[in-house]
Amino acid sequence: MSGTFIGMPKFQTAAKEALGNSQQRRNLQHATGTIRRKRAGVVDELDNWDELRQAGAAIKDNVLSHLDTYLVQLEESLTQAGATVHWAADAEEANRIVTSLVRATGAEEVVKVKSMATQEIGLNEALEVAGINAWETDLAELIVQLGHDKPSHILVPAIHRNRAEIREIFLREMGQVGTPPPTGLTSNPRELAEAARVHLREKFLRAKVAISGANFAIAETGTLVVVESEGNGRMCLTLPETLISVVGIEKVLPTLEDLEVFMQLLPRSSTGERMNPYTSTWTGITPGDGPQDVHVVLLDNGRTDALADQVGRQALRCIRCSACLNVCPVYQRVGGHAYGSVYPGPIGAILNPQLRGTTSDVDQSLPYASSLCGACGDVCPVNIEIPELLVHLRTRVVDEHRGGIPSGEQIAMKGAAWMFSDHRRWEKAQKGAELSGRALGKKDTIGRLPGPLSAWSDARDAPTPPAESFRSWWKREKGDPR
Amino acid sequence: MTSLPGQGMRVALFATCFNDTMWPETPKAVVTVLERLGVTVEFPLDQTCCGQMFTNTGYAREALPLVERFADVFDGYDAVVAPSGSCVGSVRHQHATVARGCGQPALADQATTTARKVYEFSELLVDVLGVTDVGATFPHRVTYHPTCHSLRMLRVADKPLQLLREVRGIDLVDLPEAEECCGFGGTFAMKNADTSVAMGADKAQHVRETHAEVLVAGDNSCLAHIGGLLTRQRSGIRVMHLAEVLASTERDFAAENELGTAGDNPTNQPTDRPTEEEVTA
Repeated sequence: MSGTFIGMPKFQTAAKEALGNSQQRRNLQHATGTIRRKRAGVVDELDNWDELRQAGAAIKDNVLSHLDTYLVQLEESLTQAGATVHWAADAEEANRIVTSLVRATGAEEVVKVKSMATQEIGLNEALEVAGINAWETDLAELIVQLGHDKPSHILVPAIHRNRAEIREIFLREMGQVGTPPPTGLTSNPRELAEAARVHLREKFLRAKVAISGANFAIAETGTLVVVESEGNGRMCLTLPETLISVVGIEKVLPTLEDLEVFMQLLPRSSTGERMNPYTSTWTGITPGDGPQDVHVVLLDNGRTDALADQVGRQALRCIRCSACLNVCPVYQRVGGHAYGSVYPGPIGAILNPQLRGTTSDVDQSLPYASSLCGACGDVCPVNIEIPELLVHLRTRVVDEHRGGIPSGEQIAMKGAAWMFSDHRRWEKAQKGAELSGRALGKKDTIGRLPGPLSAWSDARDAPTPPAESFRSWWKREKGDPR
Repeated sequence: MTSLPGQGMRVALFATCFNDTMWPETPKAVVTVLERLGVTVEFPLDQTCCGQMFTNTGYAREALPLVERFADVFDGYDAVVAPSGSCVGSVRHQHATVARGCGQPALADQATTTARKVYEFSELLVDVLGVTDVGATFPHRVTYHPTCHSLRMLRVADKPLQLLREVRGIDLVDLPEAEECCGFGGTFAMKNADTSVAMGADKAQHVRETHAEVLVAGDNSCLAHIGGLLTRQRSGIRVMHLAEVLASTERDFAAENELGTAGDNPTNQPTDRPTEEEVTA
């Protein structure tokens, strides 16, 4: 199992359906707009934001170009601190390792800190197959899990839901898996949060095993870092006896000092706060304090493939802040499910095709799920040139399709390129446009276009060509200057 | 008479393939404005297309000969001007990448050198010629949409607005959420038509909220998308390239008023334009 939502239609088809959900569009517009404004406010406060971004990018680039060294160092530090390190090449191996670690404890349930890596590998589903219940403890993840739903945002996975919907989910589902919500629950956020708190408390106090990811892993010391807002992470990281963390290999940072940069970049970019409420760090085992059985699963799952692409590798700088989602005009209207991955939005459009390859319909369509407006690149805290990477991956998709029976698009593109590579051919084509322009006379617009062009004219009028091109006018008025 | 800001300057016009064929009034307007400022404009006839559509759709190999052609055609000029933010963006930020990606480092260097002299229209006026008042008159209520590539690729910032503010008679109003993409996005408009239209519908709504008569931008492709929605809605709002607004003079409007036949031009059309108070209320 991997992060692909099985049977996912390509982006365009899924987007069309999502666009028809007006409640979801309203929820998304409201929520992304709020986070976006908050982010802009706290970023504008810093006069060295650009330097911080450059520093963040430089630290990550250094790590990526010496990843082998830093990973070995991380393994040594972790081992020295009493943690057990496991290496997982792919999702299946990671799931197998975690499942057997949980089984070895005899536990039939685990509590989870919100983690993108475990979402990516489909860990909850793998544990379920093994008869182990995985309880999400982040409020939004809990909403998604109770609603038998899929996450639609990296930071706020239930962003597509509003309060009224959340209340319904709690009333319907909570009691079936634990402490039920109080009768008379309203959609007041305080009441909803309290219901979740009571429901989760029982699970925190009972759990023997916790599973987390990590925002950062410090090579020098073997320290793992989790950045969160609700305190659920702190509960998971301190109460259970066994702690298993699944960490992408690109999460490594050389030293604790490097956190100085990222702790300024991440909270501002993700929640629009100067600092997040809870930052937990742990270094292997501390006798008599916290989990005494600590495991770290270092996950590749396509990361070294991405690393091999000299242009594409900068996507591995990503710190999962989701600022690019909140400013993306496509994400804002379509939401996250259409991307067919736990990584939606602009970062998902460049990360998924690199981590998973470009063989599936959805992964081939993702690089095209952007108008290339550039808003994502402007907010990225580690300066990932997302628009350039989208174009780079489009080129990869097109090149991979070369050599077979040419598609209509390939024929049209090749034909147009042939026409443009000689101005005399281009002039001849223009003459055709002038003729149709004359035939259409004074009509300014066309309401209906034939064939595939109807994709334009279904909702938009099309301009009619003029009777005389600029080139013809220039020749007539100015003569050939050369 | 004092010397004009563009006196002695020789500038090549890159009309762009779309403008050349579909919107010839735009490059004509560029010629008008530049000649008014004393610039000698040349139009190299062997120009075709910058290749942006190919590059952005993933067809770098098809774009390569166009990158080569562009560098050759515009090599000998002091400056090149194009009335399109996205085409200039492609020349400046993609040509060298395409060449390098196709294993042609020498062409990449040549493309980089040529690209340094290529300016979007508002950049040429404000940065190179140092003018913001180009002697234009346009007595209409106008709102300006900053297209994504001019804004975030070229960083033209408020140069187009600096130029518009100096236009006589203009009633320039702010566009809400101006910096958000209109949803055109080249082949995105076709490949992801539903999302493109959803974005465009919001943009069109914001344009209508301004009660402007004319929507102005520096890219006719974006204007065709927003304009296509606005005419489908029978909104009565016209779209117009920045160059055409800047080319308009007192004389154009005097002549129209005399003849009393403005045709498609809204000059003589009665407008139910609201007062300032109504709009801001």
